[in-house]
Amino acid sequence: MDILLWGALPYVAFASLVGGLWWRHKYDQFGWTTRSSEVYESTLLNIASPLFHYGILAVLGGHLLGLFVPASWTDAIGISEHGYHLISLFAGTLAGVLAIAGILMLVYRRRTNAPVFRATTGNDKFMYVFLVGNIVLGLTAKLAHSSISSGYNYRETIAPWARSLFTLQPKVDLMNGVPLAYQVHAVVGMFLIAIVPFTRLVHMFSLPLQYFFRPYVVYRSRDPKQLGEVKPRRGWERVDS
Amino acid sequence: MRVMAQIAMVMNLDKCIGCHTCSVTCKQTWTNRSGMEYAWFNNVETRPGQGYPRRYADQDKWQGGWELDRRGRLKLKQGGRLKKLLTIFGNPVQPTVQDYYEPWTYDYRTLTDAPLGDDYPVAGPRSLLSGKPMDVKWSANWDDNLGGMPEHGTRDPVVERMQAEVGEKVRFAFEQTFMFYLPRICEHCLNPACVAACPSGAIYKRAEDGIVLVDQDDCRGWRQCVTGCPYKKIYFNHRTGKAEKCTFCYPRIEVGLPTVCSETCVGRLRYLGVLLYDADKVTAAASVQDEKDLYEAQLGVFLDPDDPEVRRAAERDGIAYDWIEAARRSPVRALISTYRIALPLHPEFRTMPMVWYIPPLSPVVEAVSAAGHDGEQAGNLFGAIDALRIPIAYLAELFTAGDPAPVRASLDRLAAMRSHMRDLNLGRTPDGSAAGAVGMTPEQIEEMYHLLAIAKYEDRYVIPTAAAGDARRLEESALPDGCSLDYEDGPGMGGDGPFGADSGRKSLPLVSVESFHIMRRRQTSDDPGDAQ
Ligand code: SF4
Ligand code: SF4
Repeated sequence: MDILLWGALPYVAFASLVGGLWWRHKYDQFGWTTRSSEVYESTLLNIASPLFHYGILAVLGGHLLGLFVPASWTDAIGISEHGYHLISLFAGTLAGVLAIAGILMLVYRRRTNAPVFRATTGNDKFMYVFLVGNIVLGLTAKLAHSSISSGYNYRETIAPWARSLFTLQPKVDLMNGVPLAYQVHAVVGMFLIAIVPFTRLVHMFSLPLQYFFRPYVVYRSRDPKQLGEVKPRRGWERVDS
Repeated sequence: MRVMAQIAMVMNLDKCIGCHTCSVTCKQTWTNRSGMEYAWFNNVETRPGQGYPRRYADQDKWQGGWELDRRGRLKLKQGGRLKKLLTIFGNPVQPTVQDYYEPWTYDYRTLTDAPLGDDYPVAGPRSLLSGKPMDVKWSANWDDNLGGMPEHGTRDPVVERMQAEVGEKVRFAFEQTFMFYLPRICEHCLNPACVAACPSGAIYKRAEDGIVLVDQDDCRGWRQCVTGCPYKKIYFNHRTGKAEKCTFCYPRIEVGLPTVCSETCVGRLRYLGVLLYDADKVTAAASVQDEKDLYEAQLGVFLDPDDPEVRRAAERDGIAYDWIEAARRSPVRALISTYRIALPLHPEFRTMPMVWYIPPLSPVVEAVSAAGHDGEQAGNLFGAIDALRIPIAYLAELFTAGDPAPVRASLDRLAAMRSHMRDLNLGRTPDGSAAGAVGMTPEQIEEMYHLLAIAKYEDRYVIPTAAAGDARRLEESALPDGCSLDYEDGPGMGGDGPFGADSGRKSLPLVSVESFHIMRRRQTSDDPGDAQ
């Protein structure tokens, strides 16, 4: 069981993520969108959506920091374990609360605004359950095992396990003593990662950073294959070229 | 100089009868799908009026188009790149469907299922968004024919601006008002704000013909373009989650046919043709300091295809011979650059729009005739054009950022044409004074009359086909050595491709290209001889 959950599932989730993204990119670019409902309702969305998205981005940053930056590195820049714990407790809780507040408002909006509700697919509802559920799970796990003075130090168990995944030799034993709440959170998290490409969550992979680097006006040529598939013949050179 | 070609449109507003045929045929062609119920790629609005979506021209609210920053450089009014990416999780200024109108259908089942009885069953309106009963309170042309003007008219942003800037009050009492129709499509701008606003780079301007399109595969639904376009001509499909816009009927244009709105226009008032322009000058022209200079600046971007230098440069820049020839015969160029009677819509948005309008003379003629004067006499008309401040100021706010001079000049030419042609029709010899007064020769006036009033199909639409260049190459390669497929990398005369008949690359069937043009001539000609 342990091997299945902590040795195999992460790879399955990762494969599903990468394979799914590739599949979606190849076969369903048309469906790859935020599916925004702002045309129906804009006021509440403009409060709730940034709240949730910035919250969840901070949560993501926190996870990356907690899982993939070894404790020795933070020690090296002079942050003690207790200091780290306080940062993670307060900043993490704040980010989590923001994200939860945002998503609860979004779910409320989705349920009460008739056009928005009508535009909600079964896929969306399924995804929302896991997304909301897992944010709540994560926050409970954190708060249930923390106090101001000390807290569960996942940087000695979960984090090394997560890093060991990259070496292809997962240290499954490390996950043995981990509190159940964390374990559930991790499993649901892996499941979420696996379903990202198959839900509207896929839009997270289109953050358009290229926008900073391109000229404002984009020109494209008509696809020459659409009409007369003949390449220009070699012949006289054009004037002035 | 970097020469590019643009297919542009001119509409002669005097002839628009506000029948909405163009809107309906466009809708049937492009937007009769769920998710696009509220979208009209072509809409016809009555002016004065709020327009569709409501008050779209009020850029203080909608933040569309470009503005100059403190250093005089162009920047999107909705904000720079960083700001746009930071607010990507909720577009702060996106019109909701209520600003367009909530689309509806009727509950027809109450009619078909009604039991026999004494009272008439009524099919109540049902919202297409929520499926619930709704009150119909607004639509794409709610203020059609000045309907509800005492209530809605003063909310027209142009009326507001006139009030604020020149202190002119537009009256909406029946005898005192004026009106005309303004059909609108996407402007296929030279400096399109929608393209600039799209973070994904999904909207692009086609290099060959300047048509602005949304790549449905690349669009990720960020809705920045909806805000970016000052004409609000990008619509968000709420079912697919992608932006859609007027396509200038590119599949028709590519084979030399006019757009559906042009083809079906009852007033035959739309003109299509090629304009050559200097792509290197666009940004500078769009950033001139004074808004009132934007019209002249845009005229300065267009190139004269009769100039051998320009033709040489055009050929160097890969513009096909047919296109250069089409640019010389372009009715659009004649109306915009030669006769200077067509004007751009809201040049102050700085997007360099490419659908231009001939301002309507009819409000003036009507005013003159209503006052008991001869509405076709040049002197009366010239005088009235000077005297009718309010309609002129209104047109100027629409077409020249408030500068009445170009509007007046255009109307003067139309008035001169009217009186010159009237003289001819009555068998009098025009003394040329009307033409002279607007700096034209009688011949020019008659040519202009031909283009505006006779307006044969071939004169209105001069559209080179996209494939013309390719087709010519095909024909050439077909003639001398017998086989059209014997080009480099082609499958040759082997007949079948690697996997049997019809496999491998196919080439354009030459015969059908030819008969296509013969058929088209037969269908569209005004001359019965061509029908055989
Ligand atoms: S009018 Fe058309 S080309 Fe111009 S900004 Fe709007 S959508 Fe883009
Ligand atoms: S079809 Fe022609 S005349 Fe009728 S509303 Fe449209 S532009 Fe005007």
